[in-house]
Amino acid sequence: MTPLKPLAEPCPQYLPNDEPACRKPHPFVDVDRLSLHYGAKLAFQDVTLSISKGCITALVGPSGCGKTSFLTCLNRLTDLIPTCLVSGRIMIDKLDILAPQTDVIRLRRRIGMIFQKPNPFPLSIRRNLEFPLREHGVRDRTQLGSAIETSLRDVGLWDEVKDRLDSPALALSGGQQQRLCIARSLALAPEMLLMDEPCSALDPISGGIVEDLIVRLRGRYTIVIVTHNLAQARRIADHAALFWVHNEAGRLIETGPAKQIFEEPHDPLTAAYVSGMRG
Amino acid sequence: MAETLSRSQNPRERLAFVLVWGAAAVVTATFCWLLGDILWHGLSRLSWTFLTAPPESAGRRGGIGPILVSTFLILGVCLAVSLPIGVGTAILLAEFTSDQGLFGRMTRRSLDVLAGVPSIVFGLFGNAFFCKMLGLGFSILSGGLTLACMVLPILIRSTEEGFRAVPANYRISAAALGLSRTTTLVHLLLPAAVPGLLVGLVLGVGRAIAETAALIFTSGYVDRMPESLLDSGRALSIHIFDLSMNVSGGDANAYGSALVLVVLLLLINGAASWLATYGLHRKIATI
Repeated sequence: MTPLKPLAEPCPQYLPNDEPACRKPHPFVDVDRLSLHYGAKLAFQDVTLSISKGCITALVGPSGCGKTSFLTCLNRLTDLIPTCLVSGRIMIDKLDILAPQTDVIRLRRRIGMIFQKPNPFPLSIRRNLEFPLREHGVRDRTQLGSAIETSLRDVGLWDEVKDRLDSPALALSGGQQQRLCIARSLALAPEMLLMDEPCSALDPISGGIVEDLIVRLRGRYTIVIVTHNLAQARRIADHAALFWVHNEAGRLIETGPAKQIFEEPHDPLTAAYVSGMRG
Repeated sequence: MAETLSRSQNPRERLAFVLVWGAAAVVTATFCWLLGDILWHGLSRLSWTFLTAPPESAGRRGGIGPILVSTFLILGVCLAVSLPIGVGTAILLAEFTSDQGLFGRMTRRSLDVLAGVPSIVFGLFGNAFFCKMLGLGFSILSGGLTLACMVLPILIRSTEEGFRAVPANYRISAAALGLSRTTTLVHLLLPAAVPGLLVGLVLGVGRAIAETAALIFTSGYVDRMPESLLDSGRALSIHIFDLSMNVSGGDANAYGSALVLVVLLLLINGAASWLATYGLHRKIATI
């Protein structure tokens, strides 16, 4: 694997961000007529969506409408499922990521992913952060150390774990594990974060801490978050997209600024869903 | 209260209770009786001289020094060959072939059949292939290689189970972090699959160290101290067999040798389970 350049220089996301978060949205991801099949089963169909740089985009909708499947298309995690067939086009930062010549490893480094269940590796806290960095070509001890500290500080975990970096990550609480997973993604200096219900497996207090963290990350990263918690989506999202199940396949019903989706939705289904009448 | 909870008044429950406990008691009692018998007859023979001295008068007197050495050499050859092939095949089966694919299915089926093949058949195969065709003769090398063939199916299948038991989210989260498949395999999956590997190893080594039939045809009978891997060497199990079946007055030493064999097995078992729970686990968790 070719070592990737960005970490040799100061990482852009650690520099002060002059631009206020998501003030003037410009598209970072352009999804065009994306469909996904698992074998013969259609998971979702014809999703066309634009995701703005530095904003938080929430994907909401009932279970089984293809939100998570959509998310996994963005970092090509769909490649891991042999029967999975993706059609359509996804442009991320002017790069056609579905093209066969795309360097998937490099793509996944630029796009971090956080899962519903915290999934630290069965290694020490330090190794959890160090291991992916080393794999991506960071070997220098001081550089590793500072990347670890910065990313742990970013997620507010540094003061809690700085004295026990070498103890097992699995001994942390659920909320701490989830923040460690976020730190592990941040350490690789990604541009975008995909979050698949990152708070739903946590207790309310830990969930709240993680939610505050996501809000703090706004502006520095482009965040796409799947959530079943409408109140959460309303609190944190700049943009929202509502998925729905039509004829056993997911579709994108409505997309737009979160304020509009939650307060003046155009589609009657959206109105019913966000008001809690359906779904 | 505990009494009424564990012993239900329902007669069918009671019967089931008696059957289940009875079955467990039979198994435990058989093991204890066997162990007790060997200890009773063999303990008096056990001494440092017995473990190191060469056998005299066809094994009636003297010790089992050269036999222990031969046994360890055969076991060493067996492990040196079967471990890399076993782990490699397990990785291929668990990580690179699908459950439904023809290749995977055929390989698994073949292994399951091989695991059930009687050891004497392996012995004849080893004799024909290693001793005669490859010209290795009756030797420790032939014996070790034959045992490797015998142990491989068990080792592969349980290591494969070890890999399959690794939670899928390790693979997914590693992929999401942009880690290559090789890295994921070496640094995450392999350490996590070690318990499965150890189970296979214990079962395999247990089968190998106690093997008699396969070794009679391959490593031979000679009870001298082996000078190279191409020398014939008598394994502990063959020594026991020979003393109790062919040598009149060899029973005492047969019991002594059997005790050594049982202790060896228990030691290997204990070491492996200690390694699985404490040693390796702690090491992996905090590397």
